[in-house]
Amino acid sequence: MYGNDVIDPNEPLNAAETGAYDAAAAHEDQREAIGSDFDALIAADQRIEPRDAMPDTYRETLIRQIAQHAHSEIIGMQPEGNWITRAPSLRRKAILIAKVQDEAGHGLYLYSAAETLGVDRQELLDRLHDGKQKYSSIFNYPTLTWADCGAIGWLVDGAAIMNQVPLCRCSYGPYARAMIRVCKEESFHQRQGFEILWTLMRGTEAQQAMAQDAADRWWWPALAMFGPPDTGEAAKGGHTEQSMAWGIKRFSNDDLRQKFVDMMVPQAEKLGIVLPDPHLRWNEERGHYDFGEIDWDEFWQVLRGDGPCNAERIEHRRRAHDEGAWVREAANAYAAKQTIRENEKESAA
Amino acid sequence: MTDAPEGATERSWPLWEVFVRGKRGLSHVHVGSLHAPDAEMALRNARDVYTRRQEGVSIWVVKADDVTASSPSEKDSFFDPAGDKIYRHPTFYDVPEDVEYL
Amino acid sequence: MSTMRNESLPGAAENTGAAPGDKPYAGYLLGLADDAMVYAQRLGEWMTNAPQIEEDMALGNIALDLLGQARGLYPYIGSIDGSGRGEDDYAMQRDERDWRNVHLVEQERGDFADEMARLLWFSAYQVELHTALTGSGDDVVAGVAGKALKEVRYHLDHASLWVVRLGDGTEESHRRMQAALDRVLPYVAELFDDDEASVLAVDRGAGVLPSSLHDRVEGRVAAVVAQATLTLPDGSRWRSRGGRSGIHSRPMGYLLAEMQHIARSHPGATW
Repeated sequence: MYGNDVIDPNEPLNAAETGAYDAAAAHEDQREAIGSDFDALIAADQRIEPRDAMPDTYRETLIRQIAQHAHSEIIGMQPEGNWITRAPSLRRKAILIAKVQDEAGHGLYLYSAAETLGVDRQELLDRLHDGKQKYSSIFNYPTLTWADCGAIGWLVDGAAIMNQVPLCRCSYGPYARAMIRVCKEESFHQRQGFEILWTLMRGTEAQQAMAQDAADRWWWPALAMFGPPDTGEAAKGGHTEQSMAWGIKRFSNDDLRQKFVDMMVPQAEKLGIVLPDPHLRWNEERGHYDFGEIDWDEFWQVLRGDGPCNAERIEHRRRAHDEGAWVREAANAYAAKQTIRENEKESAA
Repeated sequence: MTDAPEGATERSWPLWEVFVRGKRGLSHVHVGSLHAPDAEMALRNARDVYTRRQEGVSIWVVKADDVTASSPSEKDSFFDPAGDKIYRHPTFYDVPEDVEYL
Repeated sequence: MSTMRNESLPGAAENTGAAPGDKPYAGYLLGLADDAMVYAQRLGEWMTNAPQIEEDMALGNIALDLLGQARGLYPYIGSIDGSGRGEDDYAMQRDERDWRNVHLVEQERGDFADEMARLLWFSAYQVELHTALTGSGDDVVAGVAGKALKEVRYHLDHASLWVVRLGDGTEESHRRMQAALDRVLPYVAELFDDDEASVLAVDRGAGVLPSSLHDRVEGRVAAVVAQATLTLPDGSRWRSRGGRSGIHSRPMGYLLAEMQHIARSHPGATW
């Protein structure tokens, strides 16, 4: 599928294809030796399972985090979903349908993990629809051209995988297991995005301009996906510290962002795309790329609900859900009737 | 809605646990859960959600409410008593090293 | 791949294999491929719009199956009509008058009941069609049909389960499902019209006469409709015609405009 000169399929292109994923996915169960005390399990880097005792705050934090993650997958279907009917080739159309389908699937794996904590999916969806729970702000940006499908795969999925690979080692078992599956499947998402841009950058002038424009628009929002700075001064008072102690979070936002930049810069060069940051340069001393300041005002503005597509995304989601209400009710009614019929049959027999 | 039996309202389809047999010769393994109005639909949803990449040759769905699970607090009385029955394991037995097919 | 037009052999009727430059036979196959292609396009519109997230995935799978069927046929058609065209030439570069799908699949997306009514009829038709085509004298067609048959049986199963649940669900769903069956009916007859191309394909032992499928398809649909406590409507006064000869209904032009505009805005580009 990723033939000839595109890129060596054995060369890692995203965090799910590195040793970090294998290490995170591998997990040694030592519960026998440690017992079932929450703090002892956490201290020993063991998994907490649904019926284990756990502090309420741990449970609540997880429900919020997993739900937001699930919502992001579901809302994340829209920016690309709106290109399915317009994909410029049948091969791209098939890939895009499969990808948007995966996003639905990932949302379901995650809702399923959240439900093990004693919350109903419908409750979580209600909170999404009412604006009480958030999703990743990145999906409040519009997909203006076909190249945006490439930029989303390459940058947004690349950043998402970078965020998610450490979560394969998350202390909560069902979440960690969902992440292992999600990361494995998402690796294809990032590759197909890279491939779209690769093809465009080797195409006509108009195609190249399209690819560059998309990268220009998605680069900074992708960097903001890792969340506000949380090291040094900024670490005080944030969620990061507690989440790290609980093994829900493994690296700081800043660490992951740096890793992402370090991984993407060479890929951009390979693509022939210029990343829109004049301050981007290799720092020999740090052994990392330096990069410019993220516009956090914009980040907070979008997060507060004032991004280009906030209203549209929720409205779309709510409409689909509301328009489907009579279908879901019908299925419930039919199931109830069938139960009654079976009971009658049994009592008659 | 008048002919709909009591309780058949929007408030969410029941939860089903999904088990997939990866290939012949392996056991069914729990892979996650999903919502569906009834068993027939649950099975088909499970196919679309959990076996898109040919992950399975057989699927079970079980209503989550119908699963009875042992409780972590009962763990000691449930599982520890088996701990000292080491004679159940073949490694318990000392046999001469040169005996074949043991 | 031949680019010559007049290579069709005399006696091609006995020769069931592909004869390059054979436009009428290519036209028959195009009908099969275009039905699948256009319906895949419509089903793709459901992604993010289905009543339940699980259903987004189910409809996505069906769309992918149909897209795969079309993609399996287009390059072969390109070898038969002598043009050497590939899948994207057919999908992205043809004007409305050159499309040979029936009106049923090009109609705009309605509500979920409309979609299940359409899917019930279309998948029942495809089950019978591909069952017959597995015996085609054209090995390529038989191969495509064999693979498609497994897929469309699942589509039929999916549509049947939903029609039964909607028909025998709530009062509202019953009413909506019945209305959807009524609305789709005028577009059904066209599936079973014997046009010149299909008669020719039958003569060469490669195709199947659409009218021969009618009773079995209707039988399948009627059984589901009865189980769903619904009524199969009587024939309507007006019925659609002409898709197989490139006469389409209003939604078709818009469907093509949306589907093709990126590809057509960049002539010669690869994606």
